[in-house]
Amino acid sequence: MLFHAEPIEFSPQPGNGAPVWRGRAMDGEDLQRFAVSVHRHEGRIAAIWGEDRRREDGCYRLHCVFGLEEGHAWVTLDLPASGADCPFYPDLSGIFPTASRMQRATRDLVGITPDGGDQRPWLRHGAWPESWHPLRYDTVHEVGMGVGFPNLPSDYDFVQIGGEGAHEIPVGPIHAGIIEPGHFRFSVIGERVLRLEQRLGYQHKGVEHRLIGADLATGARLVGRVSGDSTCTYAWAYATALETACGVAVPPRALGLRALMLERERVANHLGDLGALGNDAAFAFGLTQFMRLKEDWLRLNAQLFGHRYNMDRIVPGGVAVDLDAAALRLVVEQCDAIDRQVKALRAIYDQHPGLQDRFMTLGPITAELARELSLTGVAARCTGIILDGRCHRQGYIPPAPYDALGVRPATDERGDVAARVAVRFDEVFESLRLIKELCAGLPEGDVRAEVAPVPNAAGLGVVEGWRGEVIVGVQLDGEGRIARAHPHDPSWQIWPALEHAVLKDIVPDFPLINKSFNLSYSGADL
Amino acid sequence: MISISGLLGQLFAIALALVLAPLLTGWVNQCRAVLQSRSAPPLLQPYFMLHKLFRKDVVMAHSASSLFRTAPFVIFGCMLLACAIIPSLSTDLPFAPAADMLALVGVFGLARIFISLAAMDIGTSFGSLGGRREMLIGFLAEPALLMVIFTTAMISQSTSVATIVETLAHRDFIIYPSLAFAGIAFTMISLAENARVPVDNPATHLELTMIHEAMILEYSGRHLALIEWAASLKLYAYSCLGLALFFPWGIAEKDNFLGLIGAIPLLLLKLGIGGFVLALIETVNAKMRIFRAPEFLGTAFLLAVLGLLVRLLLETRV
Repeated sequence: MLFHAEPIEFSPQPGNGAPVWRGRAMDGEDLQRFAVSVHRHEGRIAAIWGEDRRREDGCYRLHCVFGLEEGHAWVTLDLPASGADCPFYPDLSGIFPTASRMQRATRDLVGITPDGGDQRPWLRHGAWPESWHPLRYDTVHEVGMGVGFPNLPSDYDFVQIGGEGAHEIPVGPIHAGIIEPGHFRFSVIGERVLRLEQRLGYQHKGVEHRLIGADLATGARLVGRVSGDSTCTYAWAYATALETACGVAVPPRALGLRALMLERERVANHLGDLGALGNDAAFAFGLTQFMRLKEDWLRLNAQLFGHRYNMDRIVPGGVAVDLDAAALRLVVEQCDAIDRQVKALRAIYDQHPGLQDRFMTLGPITAELARELSLTGVAARCTGIILDGRCHRQGYIPPAPYDALGVRPATDERGDVAARVAVRFDEVFESLRLIKELCAGLPEGDVRAEVAPVPNAAGLGVVEGWRGEVIVGVQLDGEGRIARAHPHDPSWQIWPALEHAVLKDIVPDFPLINKSFNLSYSGADL
Repeated sequence: MISISGLLGQLFAIALALVLAPLLTGWVNQCRAVLQSRSAPPLLQPYFMLHKLFRKDVVMAHSASSLFRTAPFVIFGCMLLACAIIPSLSTDLPFAPAADMLALVGVFGLARIFISLAAMDIGTSFGSLGGRREMLIGFLAEPALLMVIFTTAMISQSTSVATIVETLAHRDFIIYPSLAFAGIAFTMISLAENARVPVDNPATHLELTMIHEAMILEYSGRHLALIEWAASLKLYAYSCLGLALFFPWGIAEKDNFLGLIGAIPLLLLKLGIGGFVLALIETVNAKMRIFRAPEFLGTAFLLAVLGLLVRLLLETRV
């Protein structure tokens, strides 16, 4: 089938994941035209990564995933390896601004480059030379510490702001608190922020290289650790990609349990964020109360699933643990208790004038910006966009078991910190309801199917996590091992939105705006 | 004429300030932890902290000038002097003529100048950020504090701290509406001056929102210990000043040894209650946006002026 009458032939991906269509662009022009038409139809860029297929097909392969109304379009473009050392493909950042960082990362890792746009390195921080690309098969990797390159400080051209009284405040990558590393360059006049430029990549740890040649179980463990707060989301997306590639039907009970874990992850993270948002406005009471609830929540995870964050509990083929009726009863009871207490805390937050003064009108983004930057998750929904992979929308049917649950998307139209707080509260309540429904309607049967690797198969998994849409693409090699796997975090797209959100505000309000998005450094640094 | 007992009382008051100030900080932290349903750090935690910091080596930035090195001693000295002239137990303070109320504001101002200059001395962005925010708070808080002082000075016809407190403590029980206005204004100023919620957050780890903490990020070892101790002394000085002006009962007069002995438990009780109230204020409030601080301190100034006007218009014939 065709999308928007563009000349790329798509075929639907089988399996029980979110709807994905696969297509192949014949040349760069086709890809670019398709991207333009996706943009015109209010679609988004969902992920970009590169793959070295010179051994198999004599080419490099560019993977682009676009988010459409109906689902996801996974387009590949083969770039002939002969000739140029660093093959070119058409720049998509002019169409989708957030493609820029993904393209820069692809260049650093695989050595294929867009023919325009920002050419600065992104993940390469001087730890390896420009001509060395870690994801090429013929790149020499030495075992042990690093690869023998000196870790040199690298110059990075931040965009400079001139003028009377304008100056820069560099913040990070080492911060006063114990948080992930990232560098923020503020250009300010007094306290007014004129521009914020981020530099990330300090947590680059070579996950994608580590995945090459891994067996399926190792891959599951590794992908589940890309961003620890979203471990269920990543594990499910990876499992879906593999199950699709290998043609495995997942037992319905396993899907129900996966959704249960995913919703528990969502609640745990939202509870933590709501507390932290209070704390960043010096309302420490909020933090202690929400942390108490989150702790209870995580302890029940540990008791029932054997891990506080349910790491490695979602595995290819199903889930690693089953719950009996008594356990399900405990889950439902806890939902009722948490529901009551979060309602009380929400009343306190909503009626606290000091807190509301901090939250309201702070860090606003608009729906137009959210579309332009291809945002997903809370960041998109706080502007009034109804975009949630768990919910039905025009032409889109969510994957099982959400298709039968009737998830109500939480949205707010203000786009500010208060809106993101409100969306988080609403999602907590909706998730609690979903968990109760899942417990009540959990099908009987097996919880795990055998996954036999199919050589050279490929698949894409998309899961709506608590932060946004997580995508994992997997390509197997001739022996059924992982040839290339790419985990994509929604933070790639949302980080640039943060640069826009601070523009109307002052420096001391940045931490609160940042916390209201609570993005992953690790997930985007890979 | 300086009496021996006066001198002893003075030295005792200074020693008490040095000992009690970290304890007051520890008490406020304890109250706050309990109110926020956290398990509290030990009451003596600030002493452990000072002990640790005094033993540690000083790490000094290469760009530090002698100003950076001397500032902690100046700041500590200023706060100690303030504690020496504010009557906590007795109004018989031989050091009191060294500075009256106006000079006291100047002493606090001197400490502020030095901590801000030291913060900017290193040349890091956070130091300058904290320094200029501190000056913003300072230049708004100082006039308000002066207004409060004028109100009390008009009641006692003197700007000497000891005389004011003596007058207020040993008058017949009269309710001065002007003092109520001044008291509220003073509380607001104290919150701002001591870097407490809702103006600043002493517990934050977010470097971009800091005021006081941003200025001292580069300090370490004994310098940091002195600054932390000075911050405790400042809180103690403000508490004692507030108690002396608005709840002066029980402060001993000249040559009253028994009164001096009796004043100690009373002071502890008053500080204990004051510390709890501070923790309560910090728990129920969120930190305001930094550009709301002018409104907050403007309100304090307005209340102080109202107190002054009430005194001028309504109370002069009393």
